Amino acid sequence: MIKEENLVYRRTPLMTDATLSYCPGCGHGTVHRLIMEVVEEMGIQQDTIGISPVGCAVLAYDFMDVDFSEAAHGRAPAVATGIKRLWPDKFVFTYQGDGDLAAIGTAETIHACNRGENICIFFINNGIYGMTGGQMAPTTLEGMKSSTTPYGRDAMKMGPPFKITELIAQLPGTHYVTRHAVHKAGLVRKAKKAIRKAFEIQQEKKGLAFIEFLSNCNSGWKMTPNDSNQWLEEHMYPFYPLGDIKVDGKLVKDVCKDLMQKSPVTT
Amino acid sequence: MAKAKGAIVVDVERCKGCEVCVVNCPTDVIGMTEQVNTKGYHYAYMKYPENCTGCTNCAVVCPDGAITVYRVKPQ
Repeated sequence: MIKEENLVYRRTPLMTDATLSYCPGCGHGTVHRLIMEVVEEMGIQQDTIGISPVGCAVLAYDFMDVDFSEAAHGRAPAVATGIKRLWPDKFVFTYQGDGDLAAIGTAETIHACNRGENICIFFINNGIYGMTGGQMAPTTLEGMKSSTTPYGRDAMKMGPPFKITELIAQLPGTHYVTRHAVHKAGLVRKAKKAIRKAFEIQQEKKGLAFIEFLSNCNSGWKMTPNDSNQWLEEHMYPFYPLGDIKVDGKLVKDVCKDLMQKSPVTT
Repeated sequence: MAKAKGAIVVDVERCKGCEVCVVNCPTDVIGMTEQVNTKGYHYAYMKYPENCTGCTNCAVVCPDGAITVYRVKPQ
């Protein structure tokens, strides 16, 4: 049975042979692979330029076999803007975590989205600063424990969690805004379709495509990978619901209501 | 209708033993070995190979892309 003609799934050759630096079970690896599978299917390896963030995915250029540029912390959309304007026919994407995109890079993200730069932004949300040791991020849920909120995030002191995806969906420049997860096979297949759609939007020069991926951070959350995926479903889904938010430049959800939603307190 | 027969090949050195494939397998084929690889992780293997249908669910959720899937259609 183990023959070339029976092969139905193999790791895409666009992922390099380097061992991923992520913790076991981390969603980053899956998203990397999905992006590269889409690039492979579309045959655009020579024309794709990625921008890696600062955070766990800082070494993304080691793992994805396409051209890459590193940006200062949070500035990936600004670097992507420059590259895309110089080479309008290249496919430019940024790959950012929640500390990079939703904290230090908020200004760059919002302005790139508002200008409607013709790029793709892939945003990995695990509700924590994973790389530096699990500190509280803007996306940390209320009541969620992190190394800087050992008694849980208190919204009175630290503010409520930040839904940047719903926020940028309201800007005129974004064409496609959606939220996905990658811990189950069905969700992975849906996420891949969304990535394909994002690259096609860029090909047709329609505007900015923004995809948020909910991911676990089992090391930061101090759980086993499967427990953390379950925790993600129980606690992150209610506040960060999966699904399309903006399709073809039109909102498909009541984002104002979503933005005003009070975070359920998790313990 | 006869079920398709499948098989997986796990890249032992790439597997980090996260067990996400184990819960995603609809036919409970995958188990974790007692032995460890050179990094010290227990790695996935086909515990019940006769049940595998080659659905690729384990491979698409594997964060490290350690799984290759083969499938033959019933004759």
